[in-house]
Amino acid sequence: MINRYALKVWYRDLLVWTRYWHQSILGMLGEPVLYFVGIGYGLGSFVKAIDGVPYVQFLAPALIMSAIMNSASFETTYSSFTRMETQKTYYSIAVTPVQIDEIIAGEILWGATKSLVMGTIMFAAVAVMGFVKTPLALLAFPVMLANGFLFAALGMLMTSFAKDYDFFTYYFTLMLEPMFLFSGTFFPLTNVPAWVQKTAWLLPLRHPVFIIRALFNGELSWGMALSFGWMVVLSAGLFVWTTRRMVKRLVV
Amino acid sequence: MIVIVSAKNLVKRYNGLTAVDQVSFEIERGECFCFLGPNGAGKTTTMRMIYGFSPVTEGELSVFGLSVDRDIRTIKQRIGVIPQENSLDPDLNVVQNLTIYARYFDIPRRDVENRITELLGFFQLSDKREEKIDRLSGGMKRRLILARALMNRPELLILDEPTTGLDPQARHLIWDRLKELKTQGMTMILTTHYMDEAMILSDRLVIMDHGRIVEAGIPAALVHKHGVNNLEEVFLKVVGRGLQE
Repeated sequence: MINRYALKVWYRDLLVWTRYWHQSILGMLGEPVLYFVGIGYGLGSFVKAIDGVPYVQFLAPALIMSAIMNSASFETTYSSFTRMETQKTYYSIAVTPVQIDEIIAGEILWGATKSLVMGTIMFAAVAVMGFVKTPLALLAFPVMLANGFLFAALGMLMTSFAKDYDFFTYYFTLMLEPMFLFSGTFFPLTNVPAWVQKTAWLLPLRHPVFIIRALFNGELSWGMALSFGWMVVLSAGLFVWTTRRMVKRLVV
Repeated sequence: MIVIVSAKNLVKRYNGLTAVDQVSFEIERGECFCFLGPNGAGKTTTMRMIYGFSPVTEGELSVFGLSVDRDIRTIKQRIGVIPQENSLDPDLNVVQNLTIYARYFDIPRRDVENRITELLGFFQLSDKREEKIDRLSGGMKRRLILARALMNRPELLILDEPTTGLDPQARHLIWDRLKELKTQGMTMILTTHYMDEAMILSDRLVIMDHGRIVEAGIPAALVHKHGVNNLEEVFLKVVGRGLQE
């Protein structure tokens, strides 16, 4: 499914994005920057260090991952739905040698790529502010890409169910927002009850946040590898499922 | 005589509905073959099976002698499709729309530029190269979609209501271009609700109703056979005057 035809669709999205990337970057980075300043510095000044790490340093790497989650999710929900339903882009591509499953694969790849660009800019900003203190932090990039792919696939799955844009409002407020709050982004999950910790393990965002924070602290552990493995398995499963669903939805 | 499209007892069922019911026809090279019928008669579904978008439920369907089940990518490489809806990329300009489309067909880059110049000239769009899509008129958009469908030098052109919603001048310009393509030997499949369009463009036609072919022949001969004045009267006689909505 991810083949050279999928890459043609990916390239189409890239070409379109080069025409309005400046607006898109401002919109996407505005939110994490606000969280960083408002909560990291504002609220953070009342919070004592967590595991010996100042609160802003604790928050910064996690916000890279949540920015990627948002960017990838937005791309394969609102944007993909627009291309599919309003612009009829999928239909016009599907009459060329490109097949529907390749269109979906290209779209998911694009969502992952775009969110990686966002994540990279965030990473650079965090580095400029002096929060990157170990070369191990560079290992975050494959995790950032996997995170983008995971949420791009999950977003596309939502699109396969969506009848209109309202559906995505539910997805963002009822699924992504809680995930943003309870994945250890703003507070460590060590102090919450055990059942919350176990439930949080199922939240996709918990894993990239956990891995990147450890990397920023210069740690490597089997737990991190396990989390990464789970992200890869989950991504693959979501990718196969959503592609099948989309083919079923579009081909009658 | 070379058969380009061959359908034998073609059936398409979905959601418990039989959209196409035991349809058989053959389309020869160089002819314009027209599907007429009320909305929901199965015309678009039949076309969608020909260009590989809808899987065939039963029966046999081959294009260029290739099976639509097994060789659809090869078939799609050799056809051009003009869909009912305007599906141009609003984020890209005229030339970019054609360039990106050419990529899906693996057309070599230096051929793409020549082909674009040639096609924009053919469809009187040469001065619109850098124009944004939403600044084109309805007729220009349709012509650009035609140009797009011809990028890969198709051997078969599938036109799903190519002039719906256009003013007379815009329609005549498109008919003109389609006739020109026909003299160059292009095989065409057309659906339309305009009987004058069917009369002007098609060599043979079928009338479909409730998923079946209820009449077939040469347009002028059908008018003669039914003893009426024009194709519209043939259509109403065969399909009936009642609304089928």
